Amino acid sequence: MSTSSRAPVHPTVVRLGVRSVFGRWRGVLLFALPVVLLALAVLVRVLVGQDRLAAQSTLYGLGLVVITPLVALLATSGLLAPEIDDGSIAYLLATPVPRWQIVTSKLVVALGCVVAFAAVPMLVAGLVLRSDDPTLALGFGLGALAGGAAYCAVFAWLSVLTRHAIVVGLIYLLIWEGLLGGLLAGIRWLSISRWSAELVDRVGGVFLVDDLPAAYAVVALVVVIVLATWRTGVRLRAFNLTGDE
Amino acid sequence: MADSSDGRPSGVIHDLGYRPYAGPRLGGREIAWSFFVTGLRNTFGLGRSGRSKVLPMTLFAMMLLPALILVGVLVQAKDVLGLDAQIVSYSTYPLTTQLLISVFVAAQAPALISRDLRFRSITLYLARPMPRTVYVLVRLASLAAATLVLIGVPLLLLYLGGLLADLPAGRETGRFLGGMLGAVLLALLLSCLSALVAALTVRRGLAVAGVIVVLLVSYTVVTTVQGIAVGTGHPRVGEVAGLFSPFTLVNGVQRALFDVPRATPTPPAGAAMGALYVAVVVLVVAGSVAALLARYRRVSP
Repeated sequence: MSTSSRAPVHPTVVRLGVRSVFGRWRGVLLFALPVVLLALAVLVRVLVGQDRLAAQSTLYGLGLVVITPLVALLATSGLLAPEIDDGSIAYLLATPVPRWQIVTSKLVVALGCVVAFAAVPMLVAGLVLRSDDPTLALGFGLGALAGGAAYCAVFAWLSVLTRHAIVVGLIYLLIWEGLLGGLLAGIRWLSISRWSAELVDRVGGVFLVDDLPAAYAVVALVVVIVLATWRTGVRLRAFNLTGDE
Repeated sequence: MADSSDGRPSGVIHDLGYRPYAGPRLGGREIAWSFFVTGLRNTFGLGRSGRSKVLPMTLFAMMLLPALILVGVLVQAKDVLGLDAQIVSYSTYPLTTQLLISVFVAAQAPALISRDLRFRSITLYLARPMPRTVYVLVRLASLAAATLVLIGVPLLLLYLGGLLADLPAGRETGRFLGGMLGAVLLALLLSCLSALVAALTVRRGLAVAGVIVVLLVSYTVVTTVQGIAVGTGHPRVGEVAGLFSPFTLVNGVQRALFDVPRATPTPPAGAAMGALYVAVVVLVVAGSVAALLARYRRVSP
């Protein structure tokens, strides 16, 4: 007991988390997203060959902005929200597992999903699109990993804050980052996808966002990941089960 | 209690004066109509808690805002800018605001469909005289009507603003009616697809995410393919790609039927491609309604 309570993750919680992520239709959606990305990469490669701009717009427009956050959202929402929804989180909270350990264990599962369904497919899609420029693929893989981790932490925090975590997360994603981010350039300072795009710029040698210091992007990503994880643990420590609307 | 001292039952049913319902009993048509109206109201959060009103009403306001600004610019600066038509055409408006429409449909379809399955209130509906086919069709109609309100009211605002700004009334009316037909088709397509996704899961959150994945990923893939197809001289590929997102599909139908201004890089060219666009709309709507009916046939009351 003493060894397991000091380890960062709890194996049983991880095992249960994996099962709940792949339960029902969630697993199908999770598998479908990278398949779409890879299919599009193959189609674009067949249509235009090795083209810098086409590769960039595919990997950024679909991969980094749409697939990565959606994978993070699907994975994270399968971990905490259903248990809170049907009240079975009470049984998990009643066990002598520290609350922060529950959070980190769940986030490890979500991060695994991001690696498997976003970062690695991005790397492969990048290699399919530009087999002559592996740094581009590496950049997008890293960007997807960092951005996906930040999204996971934020969505986990949301799912202990509100019962409508998915809708709130989607509004942040689509309205704030998508709609307003396209209109107002200043949103790049407060947008996970722009930060991870800046990371891609540095590693992959492309130009996706302008006028955003790479140091700021990295620090912001780290701060968001740490802060959201910590707040999730704090929130779960004083958790109240409430009824539906 | 029921036996008196001599052993014979002497129980009496007392008339306490309660009156039975003696008014008219309405038939299936009225049941379906009131069910439709309730669903339509619930989609905008009316008749539900205050918190349920926030999202649909905010999205509705955000849909109206660009139309209001466009009308203001049109009325104020018509002569300065030399405008003689709408700044954004009726057929392009839903494409411009597709994110808002997607969020609305994704959030409200599960509210109508998944909750009945999740909380088993479907049992109560199916125990009533309303057949389950009618239940499914009315639920779809409520969702489609709500989506039509979301898409159509901004178009109406644009139209009225255009008339106030002295755009040619006959031409504007024709274009507006074409745009409304497109809005009806889009509302039908979106509500059929989202209801189908929502009926596959009892988890509200998962249904929301599923609808968004279907709508957003398909739209992003289509725009990416179309952009690349037009850049590399494969317009056919882009035209076929346009079939795979409801938004580009309906825009293509309007382009084929009414020759509206192009809103995508590769709108359908030629009568055959236009006919294919129309056929796909019909097929998708008919297919999803059939699939929904098949899904609900397996729901045990």
